[in-house]
Amino acid sequence: MAHAHAHTVKRYKGLMDWLTTVDHKKIGILYLLAGGFFFLVGGLEAIMIRIQLIKPLNDFVSAEKFNQLLTMHGTTMIFLAAMPMLFALMNAVIPLQIGARDVAFPFVNALGFWTFFAGGVLLNVSWFTGGAPDAGWTSYVPLASPTYSPEYGVDYYVIGLQIAGIGTLIGGINFLVTIINMRAPGMTFMRMPMFTWAIFITSALILFAFPALTVGLVALMFDRLFEANFFEVANGGNAVLWEHIFWIFGHPEVYILILPAFGVISEVISTFSRKRLFGYSSMVFATVLIGFLGFMVWAHHMFTTGLGPVANALFSIATMLIAVPTGIKIFNWLFTMWGGSIKFTTANLFAVGFIPTFVMGGVTGVMLAAAPADFQYHDSYFVVAHFHYVIVGGLILGIFSGLHYWWPKMFGRMLNETLGKLTFWTFFIGFHMTFLIQHFLGLMGMPRRIYTYLDGLGFNNMNLISTIGAFLMGLGTIFFILNIIVTSVSGKKAAGDAWEDGRTLEWTIPSPAPEYNFAQTPLVRGYDAFWKEKMDGHKEMTPAEPLGSIHMPSPSILPLFMSIGLFIAGLGFMYHNYYVGGGGLALTFLCMLIRSLKDDHGFHIEPDELHDKGVKA
Amino acid sequence: MMKRWNVGKRLLPLFAGMMLLLSACGRADLSTLNPQGPVAEEQFGLMKLAISIMIIVVVIVFAISLYVIVRFRRRPGDNKIPVQVEGNHKLEIIWTVIPLILLVILGVPTVNSVFGLSKDYTKDPDAIQVEVTSHQFWWEFYYPQYDIHTAQELVIPTGKKIAVTAVSGDVLHSFWIPSLAGKIDTNPGTAVENGTANANKMYFEAPKAGVYLGKCAELCGPSHALMDFKVKAVDEASFDRWTAAQKTPVALPSDPAIKDALVKNCLSCHAIGDQGVLVYPNLTDIGSRLTVGGILVNTDEAEYANEGTTYENLKRWIEDPQAVKPGTLMPKVELTEQEIDGIAKYLSELKIDYEK
Repeated sequence: MAHAHAHTVKRYKGLMDWLTTVDHKKIGILYLLAGGFFFLVGGLEAIMIRIQLIKPLNDFVSAEKFNQLLTMHGTTMIFLAAMPMLFALMNAVIPLQIGARDVAFPFVNALGFWTFFAGGVLLNVSWFTGGAPDAGWTSYVPLASPTYSPEYGVDYYVIGLQIAGIGTLIGGINFLVTIINMRAPGMTFMRMPMFTWAIFITSALILFAFPALTVGLVALMFDRLFEANFFEVANGGNAVLWEHIFWIFGHPEVYILILPAFGVISEVISTFSRKRLFGYSSMVFATVLIGFLGFMVWAHHMFTTGLGPVANALFSIATMLIAVPTGIKIFNWLFTMWGGSIKFTTANLFAVGFIPTFVMGGVTGVMLAAAPADFQYHDSYFVVAHFHYVIVGGLILGIFSGLHYWWPKMFGRMLNETLGKLTFWTFFIGFHMTFLIQHFLGLMGMPRRIYTYLDGLGFNNMNLISTIGAFLMGLGTIFFILNIIVTSVSGKKAAGDAWEDGRTLEWTIPSPAPEYNFAQTPLVRGYDAFWKEKMDGHKEMTPAEPLGSIHMPSPSILPLFMSIGLFIAGLGFMYHNYYVGGGGLALTFLCMLIRSLKDDHGFHIEPDELHDKGVKA
Repeated sequence: MMKRWNVGKRLLPLFAGMMLLLSACGRADLSTLNPQGPVAEEQFGLMKLAISIMIIVVVIVFAISLYVIVRFRRRPGDNKIPVQVEGNHKLEIIWTVIPLILLVILGVPTVNSVFGLSKDYTKDPDAIQVEVTSHQFWWEFYYPQYDIHTAQELVIPTGKKIAVTAVSGDVLHSFWIPSLAGKIDTNPGTAVENGTANANKMYFEAPKAGVYLGKCAELCGPSHALMDFKVKAVDEASFDRWTAAQKTPVALPSDPAIKDALVKNCLSCHAIGDQGVLVYPNLTDIGSRLTVGGILVNTDEAEYANEGTTYENLKRWIEDPQAVKPGTLMPKVELTEQEIDGIAKYLSELKIDYEK
């Protein structure tokens, strides 16, 4: 994409371009590649779990291996698949939606990706060094303590997640600053697209939630590596403390995952209904409220821990309250479609399928909120069914919807609709087949996280059905990969306004977006800025500035090396090899020093180098 | 008006069918949907209330979704721009207030139940006190009123409140008898006698005699899946016979070679009657228990892979504990074939005949 120009900054090509890029669009694609890869890994783990449970007393995997699989499935899907794929959409879309040329801190953005990737790879290295973590994705102590997990598995969890967590935290801060400071002229907060609002609130949640996880992980790391006693009961530590710290992070994490999906659904449904989002201001209010309440309910994961009736009652009621703003969102989506002209593209199929599916996950959430009844549901397959309805039926359907919707903007080609619909129907039917029945398994007494079950308990048929459903979901994913391959070979080129009904700023520029996004920053005259111009008979946005040279950040290899340094340091400290550990940290600090001392003013793209003169529709 | 009546007429059979389905679901000794005691019944009542409210919500959302999808789909060649509605205050208020009302309907009985089920019977002299201690991967039950230690099988009298104090000897576990009561975690903490730390309390009751399946519900290591136990509810007279029999002395094997092997290998960790030590499961009445290790079901008509006679199961367990329960602390003891046979035979005959 880069053309010859008269500046001294080195421009890379090929692999080096991807390793050094600070362009949010390319970083978005990197997040998608890495997140997609881990999604396949986590999916494979899920399939293995379901094969093991296909019949009673099966011996497809051993008990130890099964615990590793369930731990890594959860950890991978949450931290290494779902979050990066959300970051992929954030990176690909947010700067375009707010009319910005990049995020506030492009270098930090690249660093965020590479630290996440280093942490993710480190976690999965454990498979080849004697066993993955096996104490569950919640890593409850004392099971995760050095006494009961003396192997290295949990160390990989503790250190891998710390490194990946740095990436998430700085990513969240970056998007907070970007959304606050870099909106195009005229785009007030109450004119921001709903997806941008969702990411804004999500970033705030990341800012407050992830430090709690980091604190917990550091404490556990000290227990494991340096014989500290934060959670060692015999020496005066407290195991319940870990549960609190974990869920003070863990519950907001649920909303960090689902709010972006809410944002995607809002955009897709509005676009393909050709209608303004119904009740925009109440949607914004509901999102803020969900984000706020999300921090007030962590102990509902701990009703059986023994907090006493006062705490259980308060957390029951607080949890139920979240149903109100969530309900507001559901009905606003339905009434956005009401009276609209609904086109069922694949993206919209996923969005429309999301609504009833997510409601089913939501209502079981309210059921779980009733503490005395939760004594029965807790840690049974009912809970497994519930959170898969929310995370797969909510978040993953949302991500699929968003990927199909923004694919043309990210890659310049339209995904194949036939394959897309095949993806939707196999995945959707497979999903309900896998998880609906698990509610009943749980109610009939099947605990979660069990590597096998005895014969004659009445669990056999339902588990068989569930496993068949899991294979269908796998098939759906294969169709999606097939679609990507077919599209990249012979896909239809996408127009700027790829869906013809685009409402927001990203559809005013070519697909894929040029390096500098907007040749001229657009002037935003209302909510649904592009739609407003179209309705007023304009073909393009009014520019807010004259055509001029565009200041761009320089690419850098430093973020990659900083992350490699952390990766080495993590491995070194884990195996108590302090030379290697110190060396890794030294590499990271050296990169930081270079970054601080070296002046780099970036470069400029002059008006005559622009692909498109002026802002086009 | 007519329309609403119709909706009601259609929903009622749906609810009735749903309730029927729920109450018929699962084994009576295992399913939360088939409660066998007042605590599980109260929890099931709350579940039914919640499910009913949620079905109303789901049906409404599904109905609107279906209507919208069918009615407002874009026909080919349709290029009209729909009216760009901004919102509707009346509707927003409706779908804010109605959920709030539904939550009050669910919230009041919830809070009521939270406090009701947290009632403390541990000081009640009429209740049977049981101190539950969980271990990787077995359950220890101590009856302080009778000074009886037992394992894997909780024998209780029918119709009495059972007051449980639960702690863990190692990692977190969760004590769950689905058909009698919801679960409570067992936290590691200081000894129960101090009454401090993270000991948890709960109570339950079994009005009907019978056997109920118990499960561990918190990931606790490799054999978490196999950490089952049984609750055996018997009439009060039988219970009294059981407690009395626990105190009577037990004879060791008559064959001196077997006796020697037993004392040297088994009784260094286990207890039989007044002999041995109480570190690991008490074997005093192991021959009359329903299972070996909580999962090998003792029966003369074996149907499944985990079933066999008491003798066969004991033999299978002693021969290779790791093959039955991966990660168990029970070692594979060096014993001759005859010794294993003799010990298994002796143990399978350690019976207390208390059910008349």
